[in-house]
Amino acid sequence: MAWIGEIDLGTPAMVDVAARRVTLTIDGQTVAVPEGTSVMRAAALMGTTIPKLCATDMLDSFGSCRLCLVEIEGRAGYPASCTTPVAEGMVVSTQTDKLKALRKGVMELYISDHPLDCLTCAANGDCELQDMAGAVGLRDVRYGYEGKNHIVEGCNDESNPYFTFDPAKCILCSRCVRACDEVQGTFALTVQGRGFDSRISPSQNQDFLSSECVSCGACVQACPTATLIEKKVIETGTPDRAVVTTCAYCGVGCSFRAEMRGEELVRMVPWKEGKANRGHSCVKGRFAWGYANHQERILSPMIRAGIDEPWREVSWEEAIAHTAREFRRIQGRYGTRSIGGITSSRCTNEETFLVQKLIRQGFGNNNVDTCARVCHSPTGYGLKTAFGTSAGTQDFDSVEHSDVIMVIGANPTDGHPVFASRMKQRLRQGAKLIVVDPRRIDLVRTPHVAADHHLPLRPGTNVAVLTAMAHVIVTEGLADEAFIRERCDWDEYQDWADFVSDPARSPEAVEALIGVSADDLRAAARLYATGGNGAIYYGLGVTEHSQGSSTVMAIANLAMATGNLGREGVGVNPLRGQNNVQGACDMGSFPHELSGYRHVSDAATRALFEEAWGVPLDAEPGLRIPNMLDAATDGVFKALFIQGEDILQSDPNTSHVAAGLAAMECVVVQDLFLNETANYAHVFLPGSTFLEKDGTFTNAERRIQRVRKVMRPKNGYADWEIVQLVANALDLGWDYTHPSEIMAEIARLTPSFAAVSYAALDEHGSLQWPANEGAPQGTPTMHIDGFVRGKGKFVLTDYVPTDERTGARFPLLLTTGRILSHYNVGAQTRRTDNVVWHPEDRLEIHPHDAENRGVRDGDWVSLRSRAGETTLRALITDRVAPGVVYTTFHHAETQANVVTTDYSDWATNCPEYKVTAVQVALSNGPSAWQERYAEFASRSRRVEPAE
Amino acid sequence: MTRSIDRLVYMANQIARNFAATGPEAAARATADHILAFWDPRMKAQIIARAGEAEPGLSESAAAAIAMIESKAPAAVPAREINSQR
Repeated sequence: MAWIGEIDLGTPAMVDVAARRVTLTIDGQTVAVPEGTSVMRAAALMGTTIPKLCATDMLDSFGSCRLCLVEIEGRAGYPASCTTPVAEGMVVSTQTDKLKALRKGVMELYISDHPLDCLTCAANGDCELQDMAGAVGLRDVRYGYEGKNHIVEGCNDESNPYFTFDPAKCILCSRCVRACDEVQGTFALTVQGRGFDSRISPSQNQDFLSSECVSCGACVQACPTATLIEKKVIETGTPDRAVVTTCAYCGVGCSFRAEMRGEELVRMVPWKEGKANRGHSCVKGRFAWGYANHQERILSPMIRAGIDEPWREVSWEEAIAHTAREFRRIQGRYGTRSIGGITSSRCTNEETFLVQKLIRQGFGNNNVDTCARVCHSPTGYGLKTAFGTSAGTQDFDSVEHSDVIMVIGANPTDGHPVFASRMKQRLRQGAKLIVVDPRRIDLVRTPHVAADHHLPLRPGTNVAVLTAMAHVIVTEGLADEAFIRERCDWDEYQDWADFVSDPARSPEAVEALIGVSADDLRAAARLYATGGNGAIYYGLGVTEHSQGSSTVMAIANLAMATGNLGREGVGVNPLRGQNNVQGACDMGSFPHELSGYRHVSDAATRALFEEAWGVPLDAEPGLRIPNMLDAATDGVFKALFIQGEDILQSDPNTSHVAAGLAAMECVVVQDLFLNETANYAHVFLPGSTFLEKDGTFTNAERRIQRVRKVMRPKNGYADWEIVQLVANALDLGWDYTHPSEIMAEIARLTPSFAAVSYAALDEHGSLQWPANEGAPQGTPTMHIDGFVRGKGKFVLTDYVPTDERTGARFPLLLTTGRILSHYNVGAQTRRTDNVVWHPEDRLEIHPHDAENRGVRDGDWVSLRSRAGETTLRALITDRVAPGVVYTTFHHAETQANVVTTDYSDWATNCPEYKVTAVQVALSNGPSAWQERYAEFASRSRRVEPAE
Repeated sequence: MTRSIDRLVYMANQIARNFAATGPEAAARATADHILAFWDPRMKAQIIARAGEAEPGLSESAAAAIAMIESKAPAAVPAREINSQR
């Protein structure tokens, strides 16, 4: 596709920003560019576009189309400008009689074998072949127009729900093949055949849907013609304007150009200036935005007296007034601390800030929490304890400088696919890889990438594994003493070194416990400590355990012990899940902290907010989500305002969550759809999507990026406006007119955000906090000269086995995770065509365990734990070890969290989703819970017809 | 696991167990600090009340921590009165 409003410079920029400048002359003009830049790119930077078809600045140069030829003084022939680097004093001509003739000849060959239905072609006006025919002055084709490859109808591949492949229009520039290789790293495409028999082939000449294609869209983006094109463009026509915004799915935070025609979104194209994604995306961000228009989206407020009654549509005025009245009634009867709220990790920073302000200023308590509770709350606790900051230490670009990458409890090719593509690029360049995961995740062996070490540890033994690695590093003299002496507390280090050196913590001593050979573990530890820049990336396989916080601190210990902090290429990198979970935490969504991670008991911080908000604030920590539910079943917590979260589907021990919600008198859900939690709600406030509001998200790199409104909210209000309505119904007197004003307040009250403003974000594109007087352009790499807390803290992390034990009744261990095509509880992605890849959750079970139970692939099986039982279909695979089973939780019908338990991280109550003792057996059908719940949910979703 | 107070006992014991490597006194102190920093007033009051019972079910370290909390913590600060008249 051609870039709307953007210039394709032909070849990528030089990565080495310190490269020497080279001066050359192009068409009589002098231009200076970094050494290594191609002549094509130098000309484009100067304002001269050399014709091209196989070159694009998202891919390395290839030199096949022969359109971009130039003449260079003193050099024979007509070199391709895309593959020719600049040289000092070079003199280039881009347009001569000979070049014109050569280019026309090339275009004649292309056009002789290309359908000429331009006026009805979906790429009309957006076709680089069309542009080049114009650019070279093509007027006739001596070979005629009846090429061999004007393929008859029926050859189109329309299997992918989002784009089509029309081989008749293919000019075999191979951009798609190279995009799949270089950018995405899946290597799903090839050119099959030779000469006129050449065809682009997905996998083994399969259609796109059944091939290895992951539908990232990089090939569609790279394609210069209509060969690969979005179905939406075919249906709607080409867009005419673009607005840069940020994806609302995962914590990578890809920047996109929302390409519009009027208020209709035509396509999402990754923005090449986006610093998190560098012009790439995944299937979700690029294609799965149709949920915004899904028929199940609720657009009118609704209320009901009891959860057994149908919903009644009401006006916004009635819904808001009812909400405020109920909250005050309940507080009057049960006390100030009897109500609370949950902020959304998917809404903007501004909206999250307002919800916690509503609770603190309006409700008068600190009963606010967020979904980080169930994912990365141990990251907040662990890294704050060790380093002084509740966030990762690097930016995504840092991976380009890593020599050893250790991935612990994360599956980035599924959970953070765009970052995984960047990681794979580095791995293909030679960086080493250690994977610590019970499953053989895709990263262990993927095209041109193979883990040097895969440690398939037994679930629940993270701390034992990491402490054993520390044992190796300390006892073999691999610690970076200079770094430790300078940057850490030396006495604490020595205590820790003594602790880990204990033979009881050696790889040999824990081998049987962890299920990893001592030799493998020693080799991995040595590689991390001595292999150069060592970077650790981790996910919920670290945090969602009873020792989640301990594991995070164990990771921090390793990084400090080996000096792998404070520069590019190293660090401790939590792969935050939600698009704005980092932001939600930054904004003070935890019950014990105000924005910027300052404890509510800190009088000076509280005074700042009290002055700004005009009320005294509660100095006592509030309730976390699990404690809210406990208090609800105790009869003392009676109302909850939930914005953009579905705790009934996402939180553990579903029956306990249901009991807690059912015990409340007023549950208010602000969301796009009647999600599972809404089954227990009394007020439903329809929310807005990321396309319908302004604001900011903060990704896993601490990068604050703009979200920009591209259409009016179909529900009538942006989410922040709804919160303001509720606040003013409680007489709080808010008068924000734009989210930029909310950010201005955040910046005034939060030192790490002091330099953040919409103007600054527009100027810089994005800012990584801390962004303040000391770092006005933000902070890509943390802890360069010192840790935020001063000296880094070594913490003793003793292995404490989980209380969730296998036994005769429950002999298997269940762990849960995610898949590429769906996002978390699937509320959005299940309402898009992404369901074609994952229409149901399946239970992955090892062949031995399946055979012992008479289970065949596809059989319905019951999955039973001490907490509950559910039923789903089996998928037999050796990706899981014997004794371990795995499932996803993207489908509400699966009710996967019926079986997960109340066990949680000791420090943060982050649920232990990754370790549940279960038994699996053949089943005839849904469990009793699933049947009861389905019937209840169906009744609960009734909406009274409007009168 | 039964609810509420039993869960609080479990949580207190779990916190103390994870600090055990630092030694009994340090573990008790760290557990006390943790509970003060992260538990809401009602949870703190409940565990203090439980510690006073005949068989509280608390580990030695956890019990020591609760004793520290009881002596250290100021009387629970009541929440701000909210005007519930609408």
